Amino acid sequence: MREIWALARKDLRIEARSKVVATQIVPFAMVILVLFGLALDADSRTLRDLAPGLFWVATLFASVLAIQRSVAVETISSTFEALRLSGAPAWKLFAGKALAVAIQLLAIEAVLGLGIVVLYRSSFQDPVLIVTAAVAATIAIASAGSLYGVLAVGMGVRDTILPMLLLPIMMPVLVAATRAFGDGLGTAALNGWTWTGLLGLLAVIYATVGALAYAVVIEDT
Amino acid sequence: MSTILAEPQSTASKSDVTSTSSKLTLALGGASLLGLAVLLVLAFVITDADQRVFDRGADLEPLLTGQGDAVRLLYVHFPVAMVTYTAFTLNAIGSIAVLWKKSTWWDNTAAAAAEVGVLFCGLTLATGSIWGRPIWNTWWKWGDVRLMTTTILFLIFVGYLAYRRTMTDSRVRAKRSAVVGLIGAINIPIVYKSVDWWQNRTLHQQSTLRDRSIEDLTLFTMIFGMVVFMAIFAWLMVHRFRIGWLEHQTETVGLEAAIIERRAQTSTAISDAVTDSRSSTETGSD
Repeated sequence: MREIWALARKDLRIEARSKVVATQIVPFAMVILVLFGLALDADSRTLRDLAPGLFWVATLFASVLAIQRSVAVETISSTFEALRLSGAPAWKLFAGKALAVAIQLLAIEAVLGLGIVVLYRSSFQDPVLIVTAAVAATIAIASAGSLYGVLAVGMGVRDTILPMLLLPIMMPVLVAATRAFGDGLGTAALNGWTWTGLLGLLAVIYATVGALAYAVVIEDT
Repeated sequence: MSTILAEPQSTASKSDVTSTSSKLTLALGGASLLGLAVLLVLAFVITDADQRVFDRGADLEPLLTGQGDAVRLLYVHFPVAMVTYTAFTLNAIGSIAVLWKKSTWWDNTAAAAAEVGVLFCGLTLATGSIWGRPIWNTWWKWGDVRLMTTTILFLIFVGYLAYRRTMTDSRVRAKRSAVVGLIGAINIPIVYKSVDWWQNRTLHQQSTLRDRSIEDLTLFTMIFGMVVFMAIFAWLMVHRFRIGWLEHQTETVGLEAAIIERRAQTSTAISDAVTDSRSSTETGSD
């Protein structure tokens, strides 16, 4: 656990100094929210009804950038070898990288949550449900993303292949997270906790697959 | 295994292979195309349009009822969909074998299966969409569990094929593609379940083969369609596999041959240079 946290803290410290997420990815997520508002030419009612879906689409797009950044901090100075030399088992390296991505994604989601309240007039009717669903979905996205981020390393075209690998896989997460938020924001009459349960299951599946597969894929970075 | 790995053209020598076909694949291909022609005649001319109303009691649903001529498309749509799922299953098996045994043969099979699978998956979506227009009254139905699952499957494997193209080292490519292919396969039941929960509705009919409510000719055409499309699948697979194998040969054997050739050139150049310098020393000493 100490190794996992040390690795995650290293990535968060890099972010605290470089501020790439804060100055580039968070503003990008907000730009997506504004783009939706302009493109849909919507009165507040439409945007309010669509807010759960728009929130998660914006989060997924931003997560692609956050994952690319998470991989880039290792490839810029070829520190993947250094991580492997640390002697920590591959699943711990995976957990540390994924944890740092998850924390950054939660920060992005917090800003986006504020964004949909201000721009789309959403109201958090069930904050506990919203936070639980967001945490579960974020673990699923960060886990799958951290694995796919490494899979897309070491090739000239890595920046273009990641979205096409990650986003189709994330469609069940998008469906479940949107339904859970639909209940939490009061735009859909359904049981959001069932969907949050599915999100939890997805988080467990992707975290397990990622932890198991990381050893295989990290060999050739 | 050995037949597929056999020389693409038994008469041609290794260096001048110009085709991936052999007598066997020519026969298979000819039979497939002939079968396809027969299937199209059966499906679009000989079988009846569906205008019957079956009443088989309360237990059995009336089936294929009242679809008119549109029902003929199902003779193509259903076998093509079955081939799609066969191909992606083969890809998953190949991916497991690659991770387990580091086998180039299986990597090649997985790649071929994914490529042919994407083709048939596209055909499944297209034929289903064309059939859906008159019957469901729409090209596309959001939330239909099989349509959504097939669409996402299609996108996942388009990504898989694109991913394969980004790597040149065949060993790394085999291993990493296997991981991506397997995660894609794991995702299929998840996608199915989540869409099922999401809408819990499907316009797809349930299996009609088991309850014997299909007439003999209809049943025959359906099974014949399966056989024909499986033959086409096998034919395309053999060719795609051989192309993949030749690519692998040029990557590995071709590179080795090039290195040997280059070394031969260099050693000649060196010996030439040595002779030159010797002769120049000899002239110099004069």
